[in-house]
Amino acid sequence: MTKYLHVLSIGVQNTLVYRVNFLFRAAFGLVPLMGTLYVWRAIYAGKADGEQIGAYTLSGMVSYYILVNFVDALTAVAEDDWQIAADIKDGNISQFLLKPIDYLAYRLCLYLSGRAIYTSVALVPVAAFTYLLRADFTWPADAGTAGLFLLSVLMAGLIQFFLAYILALLAFWVLDVSTFIFIQFAFEYLASGHLFPLDLLPAWLAQMLKLTPYPYLCWFPVSVYLGRVTGPELWTGLAIQAAWVVAGYGLARHVWARGIRKYSAVGG
Amino acid sequence: MKTLARYLSLYAAMWRNSVTREMSFKLNFVLWIVVELLWFALQLVFMSVLYSHTDSIAGWSKWEVVMLVGCANFIQQLFTAFFLTNLTDISEHIRTGKLDFMLLLPVNTRFLVSLRKVDLGSYINSVCALAVMAYAAWRLGLTPTAAQVAGFAVMSLAGLTVHYSLMFLLVTSSFWTVRAQGVVYGYYNLFNIARLPDSAFPRGAFKAFFTFGLPMLLVSNVPAKVLLGKLGSPWEMAMLAGMAGACLGVSELVWRWSLRHYTSASS
Repeated sequence: MTKYLHVLSIGVQNTLVYRVNFLFRAAFGLVPLMGTLYVWRAIYAGKADGEQIGAYTLSGMVSYYILVNFVDALTAVAEDDWQIAADIKDGNISQFLLKPIDYLAYRLCLYLSGRAIYTSVALVPVAAFTYLLRADFTWPADAGTAGLFLLSVLMAGLIQFFLAYILALLAFWVLDVSTFIFIQFAFEYLASGHLFPLDLLPAWLAQMLKLTPYPYLCWFPVSVYLGRVTGPELWTGLAIQAAWVVAGYGLARHVWARGIRKYSAVGG
Repeated sequence: MKTLARYLSLYAAMWRNSVTREMSFKLNFVLWIVVELLWFALQLVFMSVLYSHTDSIAGWSKWEVVMLVGCANFIQQLFTAFFLTNLTDISEHIRTGKLDFMLLLPVNTRFLVSLRKVDLGSYINSVCALAVMAYAAWRLGLTPTAAQVAGFAVMSLAGLTVHYSLMFLLVTSSFWTVRAQGVVYGYYNLFNIARLPDSAFPRGAFKAFFTFGLPMLLVSNVPAKVLLGKLGSPWEMAMLAGMAGACLGVSELVWRWSLRHYTSASS
């Protein structure tokens, strides 16, 4: 176990180097968010006072986007997928096959430390932004909701990691995984509720998307926070999310095992 | 005239090189086109979801916004086709000292670093963007006059110049910071603003900055409005043209100043 703590601390040290880069990234990322929020304001301005869109009031909508940004800072994979693919392509994983260290656990540690650093840096501009919009920002109804939100974000992060991990493992079979990563990312951007709340889609389409893991990456945790899923729906949602974590883990192990059989340490 | 002919033949040679390079990875070439088309489709989906809940956003109807998104994408794809990879490579040229070699060649260095590689897939994507615009025009029952089309072409060129000059200005900062990756990522965020209707933004610091500072709210709004006949006044065209000229001028001044203070990396 201590060896993984060591990996965590290496990960923290490595990513700390990029703190200024992270700060810029987080601050620049707020520009399109502001653009989107202005467009939403214009839409609500054209409606009667208090009228809702997809059961969102204007402040509900603003809070939704701020929370998406927050969940994104906490869970998005930054360089992990590229690094894993490069490790495979360059033959760097050979050393992990020889050492008593598990590659998946190793990558998970790096992911977690990277996220911890990124979030603490990104918190500065995001908090300032939230403060500017405080009039429209809703706080969680109670401590229980906040706790379940954090639990849900944690599981979202794990699903996000396994998804990136599995995609990067495609490098065992194809030369260049970047296009696959980008195509998946485009789909995720829509299906996870990053672009707009999934409640705005026609019911049948939203229902179909909920059969995939994507809504549980972003839309679900945010909905938990906003108190939009409650009662039995909340508990089944969390159970489904947990099931996706387990499935992601199983698939990651399986694909790795298959890939390793194919792997021939090029230049390793 | 002779210089122009020489530069055109140089550009043709760069084209041939790029075609050869791209065709050695055919599948990759096609997949990148798919990636870009997906992102374009995503923007259109976003807008159509918005319009399934409203009829008008700040005075823009659905198909007018589709026209705007198409126009923004058209200009962005042209920018990618001509400049993007070249501009992102500049910091690498500086870091590795390859720039020294380019400075010695008997051509304008800015021409060389700006246009060396051609991104072929983006030409195809810009044609797709034009097709979406044509469809939007058809849905709106628009038949633009020759003057409108000419105005659109000139304004698109001005928008392209703004993107190019600003990004060029940003990457010349890598003379000092060495790594300009964050800059490239940052600029990508600005494209997101360029495809939103300008009237959605209330008067204030945000709008002023993205009109007179980094004129993102002009680059695609003005050309689209020319086609839609939505221009508030002809001054908007003059403003975009003026901003394009200003951005180009500033970027040239900074480039020359940076070159004068360039001491080479290693070679």
